[in-house]
Amino acid sequence: MSDLLNRFMRFRRGPWENLATLVIAAGVLMLMQPLSLTLYTWSFATMLAGTVMFVIVSKFPE
Amino acid sequence: MGRIAAPARTRRIRGLSDKAIAWAFIAPTMVLLLAINIFPLIWTIYLSFTNYQANRPNRPITYVGTKWYRDILGSPDVWAAMQATAHFVFWTILLQTLIGFGLAYLIDRKFRGHAFWTTIILVPMMLSPAVVGNFWKFLYQPQIGLFNSIVSFFTGIEPSSFEMLGSVSLSPWSIIIVDTWMWTPYVMLICLAGLRSIPDYIYEAAEVDRASLWRQFWSITLPMALPFIMLAVLFRGIENFKMFDMVNLLTGGGPGSTTEVASITLKREAFEKWRTGYSSAFAIILFVAVFGLANIYVKALNRVKQR
Repeated sequence: MSDLLNRFMRFRRGPWENLATLVIAAGVLMLMQPLSLTLYTWSFATMLAGTVMFVIVSKFPE
Repeated sequence: MGRIAAPARTRRIRGLSDKAIAWAFIAPTMVLLLAINIFPLIWTIYLSFTNYQANRPNRPITYVGTKWYRDILGSPDVWAAMQATAHFVFWTILLQTLIGFGLAYLIDRKFRGHAFWTTIILVPMMLSPAVVGNFWKFLYQPQIGLFNSIVSFFTGIEPSSFEMLGSVSLSPWSIIIVDTWMWTPYVMLICLAGLRSIPDYIYEAAEVDRASLWRQFWSITLPMALPFIMLAVLFRGIENFKMFDMVNLLTGGGPGSTTEVASITLKREAFEKWRTGYSSAFAIILFVAVFGLANIYVKALNRVKQR
């Protein structure tokens, strides 16, 4: 767990990009799921956060 | 001496530096991109915060804040359209991946006449969606359509007893069938590229170790072709998420709103109800989803390139 945190704290592209990808995928799933209107309502914010995060972290060093 | 000075002279053509020449070459493309892509995007973002209606251009434009976004993200109708899109995207991707990979696996065996069959399989992909939509409309005709006759031949059901495009339960599947028919060859091509990239010596080593064909498939073929399959899935996912032409031609979103995918809802809001601000906000929501998926797609593409 601390190893994972250390990898994030070094601001390297790999783990941050993976996290941003997960957030985008979660947003798209929330947008298209048939179970909860609340999840659908928050899907756009999640996708937007993930996309902005991806754009930023893709500038981090390898 | 004159020969040595020549490169220095060519560096400046009629007083232009290398950098200026490079800019001169790039400028037309940049201007075109700005005019066709960037400006409409910024304009759409601006309109999504206003009450602008394209059929009433003289009406004063007022700022409405995030009203349209809140309306869309709280609307059960738009949510239903998203679910229709999800149903379409899920089944088309599943069918196209399974059939496409299966076909690629067969074609990769290089049997006699495989080049001919590859060409035949690729034909649907090369047709225009407008042409495909129109001729499938004829194929789905209950009285004279070939599709109903074939189903009748295999199942014994009366051909005119069911209507693929007019039935609430069958119409989503009619679109899924057409899209699968048209785009499976594309998935097959990508999977074939993945299968051809696996070196033969890995299979030879597996045969030396007496690995069965089944084991070779699960331990070599599938893991090594997986990045290519992922690429195909992502690409088809993005394309099908914004699918419009085929649905519009085949069912127009009907019967009722059964096949009303997100892009059809967007068209209705923008050009039938003329709610330009609302539809702009909807377009931005879809854009963010596609942009996010495209980022994942580029990441997957880079991973494939690194192999």
